Amino acid sequence: MSHPSVSRRNFLRVSMIAGGGMLVGFSALSNSETGENTEATPFSPNAYIKISPDGKISLMSPNPEIGQGVKTSLVMLIAEEMNVDWQTIDVGIAPLDAKYGSQTTGGSGAIRSRYAPLRQAGATAKAMLIAAAAETWGVAVTDCYAEKGFVIHKSSGKKLSYGELATKAAGMPVPTNVPLKDPKDFTIIGTRVKDVDAKAIVIGKPLFGIDTRKEGMLYAVVARPPAHGKKLQSFDDSAALKVNGVKKVVQVKNSVAVLATSTWAAMKGRTALKINWEDASKLESTTDHEKAFRELLSKPAATPNRNDGDVDAAMAAATKVLDVMYEVPVLSHAQMEPLNFYADVRDGKAELYGPTQVPQSLVSAVAKELNIPATNVSLGLPRQGGGFGRKLRPDNGVEAALVSQAAQCPVQVQWSREDDMQNDFYRPSGMFRFKAAFKDGNLEAWHQSFASLSNGRSPDTYPAGAVKNLKIESHSLPTNIPTGPWRAPTHNVQAFANESFMDEVAHELKKDPVAFRLELLKKAKEQPVGKLAYDPDKFISVIELVAKMCNWGKTPANTYRGFSTWFSFNSYVAQVVEIQMLKGKPRITKVYCAVHCGKVVNVSGAENQVQGAVVDGLGHAVYTKLTFNNGAAVQTNFGPYNFVRMRNTPLDVVVQFVPSEENPTGLGEPGLPPIAPALANALFAATGKRFRKMPFVDDIQFA
Amino acid sequence: MPKYTLSVNNKQMSVEVDADTPLLWVLRDQLNLVGTKYGCGVAQCGACTIHYNGSPVRSCQLPIAAVGNGKVVTIEGLSENGDHPVQQAWIEMDVAQCGYCQAGQIMAAAALLKKNSNPTDEEIDTTITNICRCGTNVRIRKAIHLAASKGGKS
Repeated sequence: MSHPSVSRRNFLRVSMIAGGGMLVGFSALSNSETGENTEATPFSPNAYIKISPDGKISLMSPNPEIGQGVKTSLVMLIAEEMNVDWQTIDVGIAPLDAKYGSQTTGGSGAIRSRYAPLRQAGATAKAMLIAAAAETWGVAVTDCYAEKGFVIHKSSGKKLSYGELATKAAGMPVPTNVPLKDPKDFTIIGTRVKDVDAKAIVIGKPLFGIDTRKEGMLYAVVARPPAHGKKLQSFDDSAALKVNGVKKVVQVKNSVAVLATSTWAAMKGRTALKINWEDASKLESTTDHEKAFRELLSKPAATPNRNDGDVDAAMAAATKVLDVMYEVPVLSHAQMEPLNFYADVRDGKAELYGPTQVPQSLVSAVAKELNIPATNVSLGLPRQGGGFGRKLRPDNGVEAALVSQAAQCPVQVQWSREDDMQNDFYRPSGMFRFKAAFKDGNLEAWHQSFASLSNGRSPDTYPAGAVKNLKIESHSLPTNIPTGPWRAPTHNVQAFANESFMDEVAHELKKDPVAFRLELLKKAKEQPVGKLAYDPDKFISVIELVAKMCNWGKTPANTYRGFSTWFSFNSYVAQVVEIQMLKGKPRITKVYCAVHCGKVVNVSGAENQVQGAVVDGLGHAVYTKLTFNNGAAVQTNFGPYNFVRMRNTPLDVVVQFVPSEENPTGLGEPGLPPIAPALANALFAATGKRFRKMPFVDDIQFA
Repeated sequence: MPKYTLSVNNKQMSVEVDADTPLLWVLRDQLNLVGTKYGCGVAQCGACTIHYNGSPVRSCQLPIAAVGNGKVVTIEGLSENGDHPVQQAWIEMDVAQCGYCQAGQIMAAAALLKKNSNPTDEEIDTTITNICRCGTNVRIRKAIHLAASKGGKS
């Protein structure tokens, strides 16, 4: 077993802390660095690990916690290699600092990028504690070992706690390339660990940005343009300023902020504003987008994303061609905690606190807008009430800073749910055209085209590599509707179209859907067509596992099943959805998921992510859409923005992970893409009808 | 502005706010009880669920003028030491992801178990109408059953 080596770009820093104790910090340069010539990187006193002489051990999670569990799982990586007692440590979220490397939360990347470096930080601390103990006792380092926060001398049984050793350890030389544990020796990684904030959450502690309460702070709400394509012309704030509690009204760019002594007073003040908005650009409607998508899909794209073999010839020679359309709506992120941000901008300095997935770019954006150096901007990171990609844009923090600057006082800007839904960077709507050519009982060609509101390209992945004639095309529709990443961007719609169509193809060929996928992947493995972006063996491993889990082929009585599989963020997922028909209405009863994501760090957290992704994906597939009328969101709150609830949730979602000691791959997102097609395929099994347009509830009532 | 005296978590508290102010914002902005969360403001999501005279109520729709002498219990007052059977079950099942909606979910579940000590799946379906954006619904259901099995009324 070779020990994972740590990149030369990663540096450790160990220092004494005031009053004694030991700090282990760590710096990782950005991925764009070449890895050479990095000795000049400055160190800072920030730290992942703090051991006080009184024995208190504090560990820091460097990435924002948005519900993906990294406040727990990243710290597990440090704790594992340090040999601390999990029950005795304190866990915090690191403040923003360049020495923590990229603190962005997105792309299912936190565990992937930090798996080796954080373990190295823990292993180095342990090595130095052992060295400190060995020196204290005058014995060989090799005669000492660390266990549960103590260093123990093997021969004599003497022991010293990490706290007792901390000050001395901080003065020891920093070792390089400390060997990491063999995964078979893990005692924390790969176990079920409860969220470190579990207790604080269930007793209602003020953990979130929205809970910020500071001396002298005013509450603000902002009137923003009511439609995409409109801008501020003029406003009259005389009535607003008469509302009880309203203190100030300020203009910020195209918006008007009302500041008051309570959120409710600010909201009433906003209602009392008289604002004239004027048209600045075209006011778009969903019906315009749908028409434009159809036009785009009637023509070939300028350049295909991928073009294997000769699709056109195969289509011409086919005995049968399937030619169908799939459609997906715009979605709002609708993270549970409506956007908010605290800002105190005075005297050329900005103090910020609030929810964001991109702390670094938020600070840069604020510095640029306020025209002050980034070093004058500080940012604290609370636990966050969901992200799903919304807070990859820093607009909430920038706006709050501008409001505070204009009002010259500390302010908490609170968005209403309606504000959130009208001013989102939405999951783009889109339309797909799929064609398959058949001859002599074989699939001869596969042609997929995607038109969408964004410039997202279809991923060049499965089933590419398994079909000899295959073409992938993407079209984008220019729009003034802001779009952005939404949990598993592009995959979340592509998987729906691809894997529903795959089921149609299998049905046409009279093949079992699971056997047909296995047959394709075997082809990709043995005779790949062009470049393969995935590992067919790992794909096969999840398909075989889920088939075994549900005893595929032996469907329980009164039950209908649908199958689907997808690869995203380097992870493989296969799912089976079971539904029952209650008086002609489907009820989703059970879901089976098999996942290959390399080594699972926190089994409880990982399972929770996949179960949540399933409920998230099912809910949006069945119930949810956002449409526009002349630039204004038609659905602006839950209710009209129909959302999954307990009565629509499967009674059980069973998750299993393919055992693996390989480095972890993404997990926050990969569980979502395959679930919608698995459901669509189950609905076909039950009703004989294809569901090619989300949300399905527009075409069938659910129990 | 009118003055109101409320019973919140068994304490008498006084506030001066407009009569139409929802209890949600009184709790959050005046009384600094921020465990009760804002999610939609239109009684759809349930993040602001509190107990009012023992029943689950969406506090975003309860104006302060209508509260009167009714007893208000928030997540902060559900149990003295955070050990209500529903809170314990939530920890045991490791329910939370982001955690934002869970105070409302717990208040709704605790109210359900008070009336019905051993609810069926169907009863949970019809009673727990809160939204969890992270999709922890599967574990919420299991946690309610777990709390019920341990005598969840408290």
